[in-house]
Amino acid sequence: MTRPLPPIVHRKDLTFWQKLYIPEIVRGLKITITQMFRPKFTRQYPEERWVPGAAFRGRPVLVEESGVERCVACGLCSRVCPALAIEVQASESPYWKERYPVKFEINMLRCIFCGFCEEVCPEEAIIMSKEFELTFHSQEDAIFPKEKLLKSKEEMKERLDYLRANR
Amino acid sequence: MATITIDGKQIEVEGRPTVMQVALANGIQIPQFCWHPRLSIAGNCRICLVEIEKMPKLAISCQTTVSDGMVVRTTSEKVINAREAVMEFLLINHPLDCPICDEAGECKLQDYAYQHSAGVSRFEFDKVRKPKRVELGPRVTLDTERCIMCSRCIRFCDEIVKTPQLVFTKRGDHVELTTFPGEKLDNPYSMNTIDLCPVGALTSTDFRFKSRVWEMSSTPTICQGCSRGCNVHMWVRNNQIMRLTPRLNPDVNDYWMCDHGRLNTFKSVNAGDRIHGPMIRKEGQLVEVGWDEAVASLVSNLKSFRGGEIAAIGSAYATNEDNYIFRRLMTHVGVENFGFLSHIDEGRADDFLVTADRTPNSLGANLVAGQQGRAPADAESIIGKIAAGQIKMLYVMDDDLGSVPGFEDVLPKLEILVVHASNHSLTTRNADIVLASSTYAEKNGTMVNVTGRVQRIKPAVATLYDERSLDGFSMSRWDKFGAHNDRWTRGQKFDVKESWRILVGLGNAIGLKWKYANSQEVFAEIVAKIPAFRGLSYASIGRSGAPVRTPSEKPVAAGT
Repeated sequence: MTRPLPPIVHRKDLTFWQKLYIPEIVRGLKITITQMFRPKFTRQYPEERWVPGAAFRGRPVLVEESGVERCVACGLCSRVCPALAIEVQASESPYWKERYPVKFEINMLRCIFCGFCEEVCPEEAIIMSKEFELTFHSQEDAIFPKEKLLKSKEEMKERLDYLRANR
Repeated sequence: MATITIDGKQIEVEGRPTVMQVALANGIQIPQFCWHPRLSIAGNCRICLVEIEKMPKLAISCQTTVSDGMVVRTTSEKVINAREAVMEFLLINHPLDCPICDEAGECKLQDYAYQHSAGVSRFEFDKVRKPKRVELGPRVTLDTERCIMCSRCIRFCDEIVKTPQLVFTKRGDHVELTTFPGEKLDNPYSMNTIDLCPVGALTSTDFRFKSRVWEMSSTPTICQGCSRGCNVHMWVRNNQIMRLTPRLNPDVNDYWMCDHGRLNTFKSVNAGDRIHGPMIRKEGQLVEVGWDEAVASLVSNLKSFRGGEIAAIGSAYATNEDNYIFRRLMTHVGVENFGFLSHIDEGRADDFLVTADRTPNSLGANLVAGQQGRAPADAESIIGKIAAGQIKMLYVMDDDLGSVPGFEDVLPKLEILVVHASNHSLTTRNADIVLASSTYAEKNGTMVNVTGRVQRIKPAVATLYDERSLDGFSMSRWDKFGAHNDRWTRGQKFDVKESWRILVGLGNAIGLKWKYANSQEVFAEIVAKIPAFRGLSYASIGRSGAPVRTPSEKPVAAGT
């Protein structure tokens, strides 16, 4: 089977004004100079930070309520995670909520910020935060333990309210 | 002979089975909570209601025997509505704490809630509260709130184990499962109630909250607790055994297994006293060495003694393949004193599953090793010969002489003690050469149970030399998709080899030119050489085992 040949492109000749060259340069400069007097949108990033809205999906965090995590270590986030970033090890707690995560780790190199863990969580225990600036010096540093993931309920109020309103 | 119609399908039936039995045998699904094929019919859960023509009301299929011309409908609107109603009633007081409950993932109530429930409840009052975390017995924890009063566990204790320990108290929605006053759920088969429980009411105290069922892989294998060889599933996560559950085999253990087998047989595999790589005694201390050095040292020792000065002890804990190769090698070296240790404890046997022989393969070990040359000697005569100075080198495979009386006394008389072992024991602490061997959870092989049935064990835990994805292991989702740098794939792997493989290496080092690549090839040779195994293969043994050709009426005890 022979493949059809690509169509032949006939390039148009330059017009008289384009051939004159200088007027075209002036036209370009005019665009540049007009931009210089328009309002600026550039953010001076490291000094000037952007605070995302409540709908933003930053790194997942665990909600802490009156000193203990809400998480009951059901393992659904770990199961639903398409990137297999989450590892949970449950254990028995002395409280009426019999189960708690003795280990809860998220590998932030695996996390793709999809928010499935937040969506599947039956306890509203894992939610997405506004934090998106993550840098690590080693692969081990990228694995966030439970202590690093816990954020108080008050701190996460905006996201929790957003989730309630948009359920 | 009666002809009945279920969902338009005409079925001929013999005798007088129930509608449930006929339906299940013909691939028609009817939900059930309280019905179990091996228990009496209670008929209290009502989820198996079906419509039968000419009957005024829906009937429970588990207790309705078939009659000629019966027309049954299992998917009519009336039946579906009835099932939804039953589910709604059951879920009135059942806590919706699946995220906490250990049964989640293998829960009948959860499954049926998806299949047969409308998904909504009209109940808007407080649920009945009942005691949680009740210690029913030493191994079973009860969450009374989750109980749906199917009474399977009560019937199991009454009918199968014949130790009535469980009972319902109170009435209506206040019914509670409890033990009789002064009783505990402590019969040797108590943990089968956990498997029977269709919900998360009865949970294993040992396994509670350890792992989600979907995080583990399950491997069909054989329990090593006694010579019954109960068929089990071995559940593994991150290369660690999490639990054992019985696997249906009507010819061996049916649906059941004993608590001892379930709890005490697998913990040594991930224990802290595992031996990691071969060791040699140098200046009084056992030092870890490479495999080549260990084998070279063993070869020079074997050559420095005459055959009559060496005694070898095979193992009823090891597979047929291990024992066959061991006996072959020892016969080649000229060893005359070959024997097995006996691990019989008459007090442990019962009239259900547990046998007196505490080893899983004494019959097989004697069959494969006993038919080459002289009949196996007993441990006492070997100890006697060591004491008399006739035997100077002792080679033990996968067994511990710690239980043999007089063993410690004759230790100074031994010049060389060689042992294959997976865990440290009295024998390894006194050994001169220790070869790290695989446990039963790390190797392929066959064992023969007390009734003369050949059964397969399969590897579920990977060693340093295994790759789960390439070596036919059962794989969990994490095993499939994990990378080498994930923490949850870095479960410890031991530097151990199957005993038969170590012995093949040894045989080749003394110039035998053995070419066995896997245990299947060893088994093929056993099949060719030993009449009892004639005609068998790994494929024909399959998941449920196959009897040996000459099943002896009386089991051959180890060491005789």
